[in-house]
Amino acid sequence: MAASVYRSEDLTFTVDVEALLQRLGNALEPDSLLVDEESKRPFECDGLSAYRELPLVVALPETVEQVQTVLTICRDLGVPVVARGAGTSLSAGALPHPQGVLLSMAKFNRIVEVDNARRIARVQPGVRNLAISEAAAPHGLYYAPDPSSQITCSIGGNVAENAGGVHCLKYGLTVHNVLSVTIVTMDGDVVTLGSEALDSPGYDLLAGVTGSEGMLGVLVEITVKLLPQPPVKEVLLAAFPTVDSAGHAVAGIIAEGIIPGGLEMMDNPAIRAAEDFVHADYPVNAAAILICELDGNTEEVGDQLNKVRGLLEQYGANDIRVAANADEKARFWAGRKAAFPAVGRISPDYYCIDGTIPRKRLAEVLRRMEELSEEYKLRIANVFHAGDGNLHPLVLYDGNVPGEFDRTEQLGGKILELCVEVGGTVTGEHGVGMEKINQMCVQFEKGALEQFHAMKAAFDPAGLLNPGKAVPTLHRCAEFGAMHVHGGKLPHPDIPRF
Amino acid sequence: MSDNQDRSTELVEQVRAALAAGTRLAIQGGGSKSFYGRAVEGEPVTLQGHTGIVNYEPTELVLTARAGTPLREVESVLTDEGQMMPFDPPDFDGNATVGGAFAAGLSGPARPWHGSARDLILGMRLINGRGEHNRYGGEVMKNVAGYDVSRVVTGSLGTLGVITEISMKVLPRPEAECTLVLEQDPTAATLAVENWFREGMPVTGAAMHEGRLHLRLAGSASAVRVARERIGGEKLSDGSAWWQGLRDQTLPFFASDLPLWRISLPPSAGNLDLDGDRLFDWNGQLRWLYTATPAAELRERASSLGGHATLFRGGAPDAAVFHPLTPGVHTLNQRLKQAFDPDGIFNRGRMYADI
Ligand SMILES: Cc1cc2nc3c(=O)[nH]c(=O)nc-3n(C[C@H](O)[C@H](O)[C@H](O)COP(=O)(O)OP(=O)(O)OC[C@H]3O[C@@H](n4cnc5c(N)ncnc54)[C@H](O)[C@@H]3O)c2cc1C
Ligand SMILES: Cc1cc2nc3c(=O)[nH]c(=O)nc-3n(C[C@H](O)[C@H](O)[C@H](O)COP(=O)(O)OP(=O)(O)OC[C@H]3O[C@@H](n4cnc5c(N)ncnc54)[C@H](O)[C@@H]3O)c2cc1C
Repeated sequence: MAASVYRSEDLTFTVDVEALLQRLGNALEPDSLLVDEESKRPFECDGLSAYRELPLVVALPETVEQVQTVLTICRDLGVPVVARGAGTSLSAGALPHPQGVLLSMAKFNRIVEVDNARRIARVQPGVRNLAISEAAAPHGLYYAPDPSSQITCSIGGNVAENAGGVHCLKYGLTVHNVLSVTIVTMDGDVVTLGSEALDSPGYDLLAGVTGSEGMLGVLVEITVKLLPQPPVKEVLLAAFPTVDSAGHAVAGIIAEGIIPGGLEMMDNPAIRAAEDFVHADYPVNAAAILICELDGNTEEVGDQLNKVRGLLEQYGANDIRVAANADEKARFWAGRKAAFPAVGRISPDYYCIDGTIPRKRLAEVLRRMEELSEEYKLRIANVFHAGDGNLHPLVLYDGNVPGEFDRTEQLGGKILELCVEVGGTVTGEHGVGMEKINQMCVQFEKGALEQFHAMKAAFDPAGLLNPGKAVPTLHRCAEFGAMHVHGGKLPHPDIPRF
Repeated sequence: MSDNQDRSTELVEQVRAALAAGTRLAIQGGGSKSFYGRAVEGEPVTLQGHTGIVNYEPTELVLTARAGTPLREVESVLTDEGQMMPFDPPDFDGNATVGGAFAAGLSGPARPWHGSARDLILGMRLINGRGEHNRYGGEVMKNVAGYDVSRVVTGSLGTLGVITEISMKVLPRPEAECTLVLEQDPTAATLAVENWFREGMPVTGAAMHEGRLHLRLAGSASAVRVARERIGGEKLSDGSAWWQGLRDQTLPFFASDLPLWRISLPPSAGNLDLDGDRLFDWNGQLRWLYTATPAAELRERASSLGGHATLFRGGAPDAAVFHPLTPGVHTLNQRLKQAFDPDGIFNRGRMYADI
């Protein structure tokens, strides 16, 4: 067997497997407990398939009581637990722990209620993101955060990752659109955080749990806000001769006081890949395209459309199209929405990176990424949420070529460090998971990491939920060797070196 | 304009000294909310003089300021660039500080449509109860690295640490604004406002008092004009002063010395069925109420409607100011306090007696 993706320090659980299986067997129906290798195989990785592990067992509870029971058993026996939604995470957040239980929330797939008058939906965590908007559509409502994976990903996974999407520039991330969640804690308690009101007494634990990557509790119910579908939408597509000019156009639009419903950029390799795949009639010779969606009422959108068109021209766009009808709008978006699979077609494998930068550093970051691409001899295609400065460089590689994935990972790490260097972050929406855990050492000081660990312990004192993910131990950072050096002092002189 | 002054080293030293001596601390911004929350005893830690806008990039929609910077100063810098704090353009004429605003976590009338303080925060620097001065979040729009400490600290009333710096998202100021007054009872008004919003009208405020709805529209000039024609009613000549009066509680309704309750409810929650003078904000989701109803009864009623009630001002000093938490949530609150402030030195008891 290949060495574990986990480090030895995260594999120190002593698990009485027999007792675990027996107690789980008493709590769950036989078909809700997968123990043989073949049935566990489909759970060995999430969307980041380069990392794989088999869990001891996969549990598929159907009721909140069963979740409580599973967690209580795990707490009693000191067994790690990894919650899993749809498994589309791109940061190996849902990677199983080899000594633990993989808790699949797939059977929690009911939309409990859609309340038109209150504009809310109460759903179980396994419900797919898109299914919420579909259920709300008959009332003229929708759920705003729309990750590109929305056909598949679960709302539980969205809350755990604080997922974003094209609409998030104007309508916010998951954290802005969730009103309340019910979690089961590692103590087996069922706790509701937030409420249907706009605020709640006490600390904002709802915000704490959102984006916590399954480290603080298991989500069993979620209440989301629904928004009215905007009466009018217009979609523009503009081609630019340089990536720089496209970047300036983005800043120009925002400086003009316009917040588009979506503002996305693709560079030439991404444009070509998307065009080959979906035939959206994209301008394949452009250095970059911007796709801009304006939404609101007729008057406002009308005004904005004229302004934006003028600005795009002013910033050097040489081909500006306004979608004439619903079909064309869908076509403009189709290439962007399918950018990842499209790139998948032009390369045996690709690795999707996720970092955010201050937008004004865009040109510089792209230039330095090009240099890195040459240095590591790996091609990079870029699609990004331009309005938010959230980059998704796609590194193209071939997993069958020995050493190429290692080089890809190193290049990915360098790009994330570059994001931090220019004042950004190592993850804008995909989470840290297992993937970016070393780069967390670059972004955060020792004290901040300690504070994160303390916060985790407030929810999960024994550290059984998703161990080894999201927040690195100081030990790990010391070994990674990239922690900030404060005041000329060596990082962590107090931690023994190996 | 206040001085550009970084007092954070001094603040860290004060916290460390208190930690060593076992002294409790009471954090003070501008003191504009001294009436709010439970009484605190402790050596004062003042953010006065820890001031200055550290970074402001209008095209990035981000502003970073030291915690003691007056809100008024932030407001004026934003106005010069045609921008605002979207949860409500503040125009405080007191000493209210940026740190105090996020520590209090309160939001003005635009909250249901433009979000709250916690929605707009991007990052902060905080001195925790171990005397460590750390940064969380950052200055970019999207950031999910680490737990969202900045949002958890927003609204925590200084019980988790000393905020020294805040980065927040700002937005363009709308081109046009207009306030309409319509004769309508709260139930009918709530429904009407919701429907106008669904039709795409640029609603950014809806407050009801004594059979009158105050409706604020803000957006592009064309959108506001069309909405005005569609909705009717009477245009208020100085609308922005009225909204400011509502937010800063200078409207005549707020002149009473009686205990004032702040009741936060889900949409269309219906009638509270309690006696007393009241004003509805947030299209009925926030209710200000002067009542003689005992706290327990009022809270039970608010809870049964899915909301909660805060004794915002007045009343017995040792009365529970904030709505009691369910046991599970209370335990998590206590443990979180422990995680940030293990020795319990910051604003002890300001929110809850044991927090
Ligand atoms: C093609 C593609 C496009 C994508 N586009 C976007 C995008 O635009 N924006 C974006 O934000 N992301 C995007 N993603 C990433 C991914 O879809 C999101 O992170 C998503 O939120 C994960 O949801 P999931 O249900 O698949 O979660 P999983 O992958 O199953 O799990 C992700 C994390 O959430 C935790 N978790 C899951 N369910 C629960 C629960 N019930 N309780 C507690 N913790 C739980 C897991 O432990 C894990 O840490 C994309 C992924 C792919 C493959
Ligand atoms: C856009 C906007 C809209 C608003 N709308 C309303 C409204 O509608 N109604 C309303 O009542 N208020 C509203 N406010 C609230 C306003 O936030 C407060 O009145 C004020 O800002 C508090 O500031 P202060 O410096 O006077 O705080 P203080 O009164 O000094 O302190 C308030 C609390 O915060 C703590 N604190 C202060 N500074 C810090 C710090 N640096 N670190 C940690 N803890 C600290 C104190 O210990 C105390 O518990 C709004 C604010 C903004 C920005």
